[in-house]
Amino acid sequence: MAYVAVKGGERAIDNAHAWLAEDRRGNPSIPPIDTAQIREQLGRSVDRVMAEGSLYDEELAALAIRQAQGDLIEAAFLVRAYRTTLPRFTASAPVDTAGMGIRRRISAVFKDMPGGQILGPTYDYTHRLIDFAEAAGFAPPPAPEMDSDGIAIGRINDILDSEGLIEADGRADGMAHGKAESEPGDLTRTPLAFPAARDIRLQSLARGDEGFLLAMAYSTQRGWGGSHPFVGEIRVGEASVDITPPELGFPIDIGDITLTECQMVNQFAGSKTQPPQFTRGYGLVFGHAERKAMSMALVDRALRAEELGETATAPAQNQEFVLYHCDNIEATGFVEHLKLPHYVDFQSELETIRRMRADAQKEYAA
Amino acid sequence: MTGYNFAYLDEQTKRMIRRAILKAVAIPGHQIPFGSREMPLPYGWGTGGIQLTAAVLGPDDGLKVIDQGADDTTNAVSIRRFFARTAGVTTTTHTADATIIQTRHRIPELKLTDKQIIVYQVPQPEPLSKLESSRAETRRMHGLAEYGLMHVRLYEDITRFGHVSISYDYPVMVGGRYLMSPSPIPAFDNPKMHMMPALQLFGAGREQRIYAIPPYTTVESLDFDDHPFRTTRAPHACGLCGAADSYLDEVVTDDRGGRLYVCSDTDHCETRRTAGHTGTESPPVDAPAEQAA
Repeated sequence: MAYVAVKGGERAIDNAHAWLAEDRRGNPSIPPIDTAQIREQLGRSVDRVMAEGSLYDEELAALAIRQAQGDLIEAAFLVRAYRTTLPRFTASAPVDTAGMGIRRRISAVFKDMPGGQILGPTYDYTHRLIDFAEAAGFAPPPAPEMDSDGIAIGRINDILDSEGLIEADGRADGMAHGKAESEPGDLTRTPLAFPAARDIRLQSLARGDEGFLLAMAYSTQRGWGGSHPFVGEIRVGEASVDITPPELGFPIDIGDITLTECQMVNQFAGSKTQPPQFTRGYGLVFGHAERKAMSMALVDRALRAEELGETATAPAQNQEFVLYHCDNIEATGFVEHLKLPHYVDFQSELETIRRMRADAQKEYAA
Repeated sequence: MTGYNFAYLDEQTKRMIRRAILKAVAIPGHQIPFGSREMPLPYGWGTGGIQLTAAVLGPDDGLKVIDQGADDTTNAVSIRRFFARTAGVTTTTHTADATIIQTRHRIPELKLTDKQIIVYQVPQPEPLSKLESSRAETRRMHGLAEYGLMHVRLYEDITRFGHVSISYDYPVMVGGRYLMSPSPIPAFDNPKMHMMPALQLFGAGREQRIYAIPPYTTVESLDFDDHPFRTTRAPHACGLCGAADSYLDEVVTDDRGGRLYVCSDTDHCETRRTAGHTGTESPPVDAPAEQAA
């Protein structure tokens, strides 16, 4: 037998890529999807890719979704790999979500409040019946409209805060009140270190995998680190992003982004030095992403266990567990790397296990 | 490649990585956290090694990339192409011709020189990770050189099996101070790290760590006086080049227990065959070798 060591990695990769391109396009007699169609009609997918890709760009996200055949983690990966090459020329001022143009705003703690409850475009009360009329190309009639009075709708937590019932908000830089102001950290530039401050934790959660955060949040509700949450408020709308270019010296509005914000209100027993007060869990996500924002707020509150003097025993309360495992780009890479050849390691395991079995058989025989 | 800097990373990022490398060289075996970037290849597929290579690569370098000892494995092909595309450097499969060798899971059989750098891809830089899951805690253990836990782990193996059962990623002590993961190379390769003339760099992209072994540094595989470290290889000679001292891949040739053992280091095997060495499965001299696709 003549054996020639396996060759052809280069050609195999070229051919695989050609097949992939063909497969991605699908049946060529079906018209290709326009990225504008993805942006307009698959908005929640676009939002998720922007959030997990950590870059607000609807066009790019739509393009990535098409390139990834709708695999949203793969699409977020494409967006991340592009994002990392972009220069960082400035940091924006903290976004003022109290001043956002509201599309949806609900609270589960008060029946009514200034600004009222606004359901907005929600799936919450839809009956989950497949809509065969839509499949036939049925166009919806225009939704009823109402004039806005243009008054900014304040946050529910500020109402609680005015009575001192809820703890003071942390600051944007993750520091407690009274400490020196500094820019919030950035885990895409500085390696993660533990214990991680809240600014880094929130950044990590905002980029984190929706499914992972959902499961972690759910686990706190089922007794793995419970914190008795109430939805203080969920709001979805458009907030303006302001930057102050050094050559101008005053802030300018560079555009609006859609955000979902969730403020969880949680029980807190108080301590010897502090009277009982509600505590906060916070979620803020690009696009319309309530499930993610709520999960983030629950996990954020769970991760504050130590800071609030609670015993941290559950996975959702463990910083290293949550922050090291919530990133789906890291997770998918490492899980899928098991596809790479491991025959050198496996060979050494084979020899070891053969030796161990031979030793054991000798012993049995004796 | 238009639109991207030489070797993909921007110069500021390369500078940040070079600083981490300098620190790593100054403290052999100590893990240096660095601001690992998101690369266009997946985490776990060599992003740490790629960032190190990008940071040390110059236009005159000759780059060799191997995976499992072979230049032709798919991921090695992919990484070599990445640098051919983004840096336009000369690539080679000949160990002797390379100035930088990026590797996954092997050290070449040919003794490396002080003109070469070997870059290891590292999935898990923390040698204590399977014994202690918290990185805050393992960091403290390294600080105090508190490595008893690892010795206990080896001792438990000896009491159960009569010998240490770790066959790859076998822990080493670097410069007599830091416990280090050699990356998942077979224990067979561990002795090559000891007093190696080449600079050894280790990159873990996902775990955001860089570490290094400067040339001519002691690297000792952990053991006990009465249970000295020993290596394992398949007890055969290479079927193609007859080498009896190289690390071998086991190839399944049929469904009746047929096996062929061949050098895992493909360049080593080819070099030997070119020099006229043959093995039991070598093609007859007058018949040209069949070219596989």
